[in-house]
Amino acid sequence: MTQRFAPDRPAHIGQPHLRRNALRHLAGRGAYVSDLALPRMVHAAFLRSPMAHGRITALDLDEARAAPGVIAVYSAADLNPMCQGWTGVLSHFAGMTSPAQSILADQEVLWVGHPVAMVIARTRAEAEDACEKILLDIDDLPAVAGFAPALDPDMPAAAEASASNLCFRAELKTEGAAAAFDGAALVVEGEWRFGRHTAVTLEPRAVVADYDPASGQLTVHHGTQTPFQFQDVYARQFGLPDNRVRVISPDVGGSFGMKLHLYHEEMATVAASLKLHRPVRFVADRLESFTSDIHARDHKVKARMALDGQGQVLAMEVLDRTLIGPYSTYPRTSVAEGNQVIRLMGAPYAMPDYHGVLEVLFQNKVQTSQYRAVGHPIAVQVTEALIDLAAEKLGLDPFEMRARNVVADDAYPCASATGYRFEKLSHQESLRRLRALMDYDGLRAEQAALREKGIHRGIGLATFVEITNPGAAFYGVGGARISAQDGAVVRLTPGGEAHCAISVTEQGQGTETIIAQIVADQLGLTPDQVKVVTGDTDATPSGGATWACRGAGIGGETALRAGRKLAEQLCRIAGAILQAAPESLALRGGAVVDAATGAERLALAELARIATYRPDTLPEGTDNSLSVAQHFAPQGYPFGFTNGVQAAWVEVDTETGLVKLLKHWVVEDCGRIINPLLVDEQIRGGVVQGLGAALYEECLYDDAGQLLNGSLADYLVPMAGEMPDILIGHVETPTEDTILGAKGVGEAGTAAAGAAVMNAVNDALRPFGARLCQTPMTPARILAALGIGPTERDETWN
Amino acid sequence: MKQALELQVNGEAVALMVEPRQTLADVLRDSLRLTGTHLGCEMGVCGACLVLLDGKPVHGCLTLAVQAQGCAVTTVEGLDASGEIADLQAEFHARNALQCGYCTPGMLMTAQALLKRGAVPDRAEIREALSGNFCRCTGYEAIVDAIAATAAKRGAA
Repeated sequence: MTQRFAPDRPAHIGQPHLRRNALRHLAGRGAYVSDLALPRMVHAAFLRSPMAHGRITALDLDEARAAPGVIAVYSAADLNPMCQGWTGVLSHFAGMTSPAQSILADQEVLWVGHPVAMVIARTRAEAEDACEKILLDIDDLPAVAGFAPALDPDMPAAAEASASNLCFRAELKTEGAAAAFDGAALVVEGEWRFGRHTAVTLEPRAVVADYDPASGQLTVHHGTQTPFQFQDVYARQFGLPDNRVRVISPDVGGSFGMKLHLYHEEMATVAASLKLHRPVRFVADRLESFTSDIHARDHKVKARMALDGQGQVLAMEVLDRTLIGPYSTYPRTSVAEGNQVIRLMGAPYAMPDYHGVLEVLFQNKVQTSQYRAVGHPIAVQVTEALIDLAAEKLGLDPFEMRARNVVADDAYPCASATGYRFEKLSHQESLRRLRALMDYDGLRAEQAALREKGIHRGIGLATFVEITNPGAAFYGVGGARISAQDGAVVRLTPGGEAHCAISVTEQGQGTETIIAQIVADQLGLTPDQVKVVTGDTDATPSGGATWACRGAGIGGETALRAGRKLAEQLCRIAGAILQAAPESLALRGGAVVDAATGAERLALAELARIATYRPDTLPEGTDNSLSVAQHFAPQGYPFGFTNGVQAAWVEVDTETGLVKLLKHWVVEDCGRIINPLLVDEQIRGGVVQGLGAALYEECLYDDAGQLLNGSLADYLVPMAGEMPDILIGHVETPTEDTILGAKGVGEAGTAAAGAAVMNAVNDALRPFGARLCQTPMTPARILAALGIGPTERDETWN
Repeated sequence: MKQALELQVNGEAVALMVEPRQTLADVLRDSLRLTGTHLGCEMGVCGACLVLLDGKPVHGCLTLAVQAQGCAVTTVEGLDASGEIADLQAEFHARNALQCGYCTPGMLMTAQALLKRGAVPDRAEIREALSGNFCRCTGYEAIVDAIAATAAKRGAA
């Protein structure tokens, strides 16, 4: 294993440093956008389409305008002309198409929840009251709701602006794919259905837009991961200079990808503030979250795998169809998930050939887009289910089957049949660690013993590869104004403490904490001496921020390089003061020391005092700067792949169909671990989100495109009582693309938890000849697989 | 038509005019600006709005403000200021039993109510007690650990 990063001073990198900002939350002192109240602030509510698809025939706002507390009521005619439309297509997704979007529905409504009119009132309650006084008439149009209508050539398109319901088609094929299947000793196959689910952040989407015409300044307090992206969006779409647009993202009550997409309500809120010259607040209620936040998944996958007689995987063939909304999401599109699905298939395995097809289809439901672990759960679940099927046919133990097929730890660098290039992964070591961690052989013996007593437990394994540290290849090359680089300004304060303003953001992952650890190590300080500022476009340099597992790897490297640059500058100033060569000095323990002996030469506080208050005493020509700026863009591999393996231990009640999660294990390799406490908590939280999708969470619609379960009483999320304890082990293979060597870890848990649980459920059900191929694995679906009740492929399959 | 409401909030006497339809959570957040009480589902499922009403946890989103007439309300700000959950807060902090922090005040309310019952709860009982508190970030294990550790220490004290 490479160990390039050798700190020459007491290291805080690698330590379980506690999050200082957690103390505010524990005291009830969080500061979320939904908590914000500004002078003269007014509140927004929206009238939304009750139909999935239709034509507006009447919209009368007069009575609402006269309602108590109402300040303004807007329709498409009022707001849409204020702003350029936006279209979620990117040029590297060749041939993709999407209708343009605008703020409010104009003539045509496209999903249940599509905003039609906006009411601004003194309170949210009065705004909601006035919405009820708007007269809206809609003539129904045929709704595309599900695979059957989306694939029906006679069905009109989900939006009149679309020529058909095909948004995007992509195909990947190696030359030998067909021959691999022709020559295979074994072919296993199946079809899988992945239901729609959504982020359900506990704090809903929240925005307060505040336009001040006197200064020409638009300030948007926006609960998002990506303040700079929204600075650019608001500036361009509304025709403002970007330095007059400030986006502030304070505490964010969960995001998971959901809050980095552009939504109609946020644009309407900005537009209303531009019109009214006062702060306008919109906070989604829970029903609005369900009908306007992006949803994720909604895939149907047909796949087969070819193997030779020894159980070596030769090839996979995959058709992934996914249903999005009536248009593609801006600015990341709604096709990125499917694109990752077809490219991640078989990724852990030495599989020479591949044929994958992706079809992305429009329909009249709320748009889908990137949510934690984009595409990974689907690719992992399909691949791992096929691996288990093959193992069963070949009479091989699932561990042995995987051990035979994973790319060997000494075979790197290498590329997948789908075109991904891997720097260095550790599947073999991860499998070995997992086997010991979970006492696999002991569990198998326990499983067999309990079978005798009529207790049906199952063990499921899932190896995975995760995409992290994306460079510009992710979005930038397709024309998206999404930054792949980040920036930091690090400075020594006049009192000798450190301050780091950095473009990566915090939603509770611990971004600020790890940045403080990294900067502290470069400056010879403790993390508590480094104040980290994030989430304000006026306060930090510009950058991509925190998404796609780039905060630690790219943001961390930015901080490291900024910290080193400041350390060099401080040594130059100290050298001038001490008449010493800067190279002979180092920073340790809050002081400039002699690098060779460690003897203290000058306290940093004294250096800061001289440089700030007595620069006249420095030798002529000395640069007294105590601040440095540093940007960093990933170079080398286009993505920093990580890997790992998960295992689930479950018990299935074959009479009720209930699954009990007994225990879960993860062995993960995210490269350099900056803070093991935070890494483990990222993995645990990610696993539980994956378990939710596997067992509980599904946005259910009827054939007319009506959402049936838009509340937390009807949409089930994982709660403490059902969740297992999760044991975690690590392998540490730092990337050599950076000095820091860190990769991402945020999606790892979600990527494979569902696959492990589905394999475990199917392992438990094996004596019954029953097999689940659909998530969430509800009790009804499990009973159906057991031949009890309606057939497995109920209406939700279609 | 607004009506007069008098109550104790975190030990302070408060008198204000509220609309009958205003929830306790809305009055705490919007009128008194005690924003530590959060709103997640507004139907009593997620637990983000839990506060103590005369010592018992209630959903601020399901309780009308006027129902609190003459009552003593304790929010997370009050629990924090009194120091009575300092040990619980420390255990949460030590395990990073929170990420975004939005569920945390409700978690602390449930935990403190559970711990005040006296008997030292086991992990299954703690998980059961948390069945009305949704956390999207942590996966719950660290929260359970933190409450278990606090229970053990209080039990031993």
